[in-house]
Amino acid sequence: MTARRKPATRHRARAGRTAAGLSPAGTRATLAPPALRITCSVNGWHQEFTIAPNDLLLDVLRRAGFTGVKEGCREAECGSCTVLVDGVPVTACYYPAARAAGKVITTIEGLERDGQLQRLQESFLDAGAVQCGFCTPGMILAAHALLAHVPQPTDEEIRTALDGNLCRCTGYVKILAAVHAAAGRKA
Amino acid sequence: MTRAFRAVGKSARKLDGRGLVTGRATYTDDIMLPGMLQGAVLRSPHAHARIRAIDTRAAKAMPGVHAVLTWQDVPRIPFTTAGQGHPEPSSYDAFILDRKVRFVGDRVAAVAAETAPQAQAALAAISVDYEILPAVFTPQAARQPGAPVVHDEPEAMTPLPLPYEPQRNLVARVEMQLGDVARGLAGADHVAAAEFSSHYAAHCALERHSAVTWLDADGRLVIRCSTQVPFHVRRIVARALNLPVGSIRVIKPRLGGGFGGKQEIIIEDLCAALTLATRRPVRMVLTRAEQFMCARTRHPQEVRLRSGVKRDGTITALELQVLMNSGAYGTHGLTVLCNSGNKVLPLYQCANVRYVGETAYTNLPVGGAYRGYGATQSAFAVGVQLDELAQAIGMDTAAFLRRNTLRSGQGSEIFRALGEGKAGVAQAIGSCGLAECLDQVLAASGWPEKRAAYLAEQKTSARHKRGIGITTLMQGSSIPEVDMAAASLKLNDDGSFNLLMGATDLGTGADTVLSQIAAEELGVAVERIIPYSSDTDLTPFDVGAYASSTTYLSGGAVQKAARQVRGQILAAAARMLGVAAETLTLSDGIVRGGGKSLALAEVAQYTLYTQDQHQIAAHASHITHQSPPPFAAHVAEIELDTMTGRITVLHYVSATDCGTAINPALAQGQVEGAVLNGISFALNEEYLFSAGGRMRNASFSWYRIPGARDLPRLTTILVPTYEESGPCGAKSVSEIGINGALPVISNAVWCACGLRLRHAPFTPERVWRALRQPSAG
Repeated sequence: MTARRKPATRHRARAGRTAAGLSPAGTRATLAPPALRITCSVNGWHQEFTIAPNDLLLDVLRRAGFTGVKEGCREAECGSCTVLVDGVPVTACYYPAARAAGKVITTIEGLERDGQLQRLQESFLDAGAVQCGFCTPGMILAAHALLAHVPQPTDEEIRTALDGNLCRCTGYVKILAAVHAAAGRKA
Repeated sequence: MTRAFRAVGKSARKLDGRGLVTGRATYTDDIMLPGMLQGAVLRSPHAHARIRAIDTRAAKAMPGVHAVLTWQDVPRIPFTTAGQGHPEPSSYDAFILDRKVRFVGDRVAAVAAETAPQAQAALAAISVDYEILPAVFTPQAARQPGAPVVHDEPEAMTPLPLPYEPQRNLVARVEMQLGDVARGLAGADHVAAAEFSSHYAAHCALERHSAVTWLDADGRLVIRCSTQVPFHVRRIVARALNLPVGSIRVIKPRLGGGFGGKQEIIIEDLCAALTLATRRPVRMVLTRAEQFMCARTRHPQEVRLRSGVKRDGTITALELQVLMNSGAYGTHGLTVLCNSGNKVLPLYQCANVRYVGETAYTNLPVGGAYRGYGATQSAFAVGVQLDELAQAIGMDTAAFLRRNTLRSGQGSEIFRALGEGKAGVAQAIGSCGLAECLDQVLAASGWPEKRAAYLAEQKTSARHKRGIGITTLMQGSSIPEVDMAAASLKLNDDGSFNLLMGATDLGTGADTVLSQIAAEELGVAVERIIPYSSDTDLTPFDVGAYASSTTYLSGGAVQKAARQVRGQILAAAARMLGVAAETLTLSDGIVRGGGKSLALAEVAQYTLYTQDQHQIAAHASHITHQSPPPFAAHVAEIELDTMTGRITVLHYVSATDCGTAINPALAQGQVEGAVLNGISFALNEEYLFSAGGRMRNASFSWYRIPGARDLPRLTTILVPTYEESGPCGAKSVSEIGINGALPVISNAVWCACGLRLRHAPFTPERVWRALRQPSAG
């Protein structure tokens, strides 16, 4: 709501190059109730948010129109709200928005580039890995972070990387196939 | 029996796929309207209580609060929350808000406030004086004389003349008899009799029940909601709020899964009531805990099964008795109960069959439609007991099933005797690929060798034991002579087509599958079809997505509409070319004949702008007089840790005859999702209750559904057949896959160690106890 999107310095989310789990902790924003302003990069665009100290990243992003960030449980169990923070998948429903200050955030909306889908998105479509699509944004981002870190993952590595993202429709078979296919084409 | 198709039978990409992988598809909760309020519901902490007094003054005075509704503020009109045909085969026993609460989580009051925290604060400020009533938690206890009466309100009734006795907590009763079971049992060489039980479970669609309601510029009520049944929502909300149907518009956007849970009005009426009270848009989304406790569940069943067999393998009698727990409201009680009989018993050739089912109110969460719809529970009992009969006469279970299951051309008296809330419709089986399903699962699982090897080891005392089990399944394809679907189709300037359907894609890919059927008939690429579903103002009627009906029933409507449009195109082209329409063909988007050809765009331009101007368009309706069953055979190979009771599925093989798979990848995806859900239901998922009837594990932390690491090896085989009555030869595929896991895993455990598991779920603790006290199995 309060975010202003402006084509400032297009320091794109460097999801592809930040090793999962190895990003710096980042600076904690100073809490100044009742509202504080944070800036961060979302999908390569400089963003300014006015937030309450207890706002969650999920709500801040959805209010700003990033509705590809889905809310499935609000208890950090289903992974539908997965976004990448400095390349690392996090559940935005448990991530304080204040902590996002200065961070590079990637949502599902950030993967498409100039109307072109990424390989993973294409392979999800080709494999039939999308049914209702509600888990898909989080699932693709989790897989994206994995492939950035491990370009040729084993089946076990894929399953582990996606284990925090629940899907009730597909039984995962085609999702795993899609990630394998995307990795294969990268090679 | 397969035919040559162009658009059908291809694993086309989902037409809505791009929006789904880019996060741009909008679900119910993905819009924000100016002035939109947040709705929230005060839930009962008691399983059974009467509201003596309710004080909302403090809540109403709080900042940001625009409305607080209690039973005093809404119409008192009984309705059913179950979205089914009209008049519903359900009890009218629900009110928007009532002065009595019937389970922990039942509605007490509703609030609309400017922010969600304000709404929560207002809920906390409502003061309720409850008169706590004795509660009843099992259907057995509920049926005892003197049991607490869950629905003592005078309004409770059924709109159809059905056996309904709320004073005795009886929601519904079903009875059916063919032949003489007593004589069948007397003539048997071996008789088996046992009790089985299955349990509460949640659908766990990742998108929770969501609704956004508002009044449009003309004062009509718009309900945007996550539903499988938009037209039923419109009708039921109209009844509950005492509004004309025409004053309501229901919009179904993208849906985040349903599995039957969204065949029910869970929040739409209440959200609409808040909009009417505030004249503002209101958003309401259940919390995940509410989703578990207050939405709908799979009905728990206690099943008694008796059966007899002759040494030659003839089944002489099948007697199925079901006592089902409906929870606090009737909803789908009767029809789920009917399906426990009519989606399982007809599969087996047997002259003497009896089915008696009863379902009772209790003060527990409410049962509803859940993929499998009653068949899941009884297929467990029947599948296990048939394994036992085969074992008793020394016949391989696979051979026994092959000998006794239905074949093409055969009928079953049960189809006629038992429908859904009424007598059924007689039918003979058209397509049946069950024999090939059996061949395929036996080969893919290595059944002959493994079964023999594991049985040879059955009595050994190793810690880790392996076993393999099998079962056969059927379901239906829509409800014959009850359900109706309609679709409309029109040609655009450039040769593309708008396909408007009441059919409700809830994530299954129905929009794509139905577009493939239209593309096949029209002779165009599927990408030329622009599907839209569903909006009660824009799309024709369809009962909605349930009863495994969409591909078969809605597909039939789409096929008819497409044939009519094709006829109109050829007629127009014939006039343009000056040839007879019969000499023309339409394929690859081009009309050809008499050495000439026309692109569809030319026909469209001609008819829209040039000569004989008219809109090439048609709408068609479809009902069916049969419900051709899909068939399946499932095999599971498991390992049992006898020290911990833990069962690990090593390999799960399914072969499914769904007729023509219109989109094989999507059809496989239906089976894979259903199978994994079934395995998880069999091994793990269950509701745990406190002594007071409160669900103790209403969270994904404590009600675990499988993740990617929990996926066992699945082999999913589709066996093509051609169903003459279906669009392009199709039958259904969505539900059948969930019904196999309970019986095949139980049968595999017996193969591994001789223990018959008859009480689900097969958690390590329950299995561990059963291993040490076999009678408890």
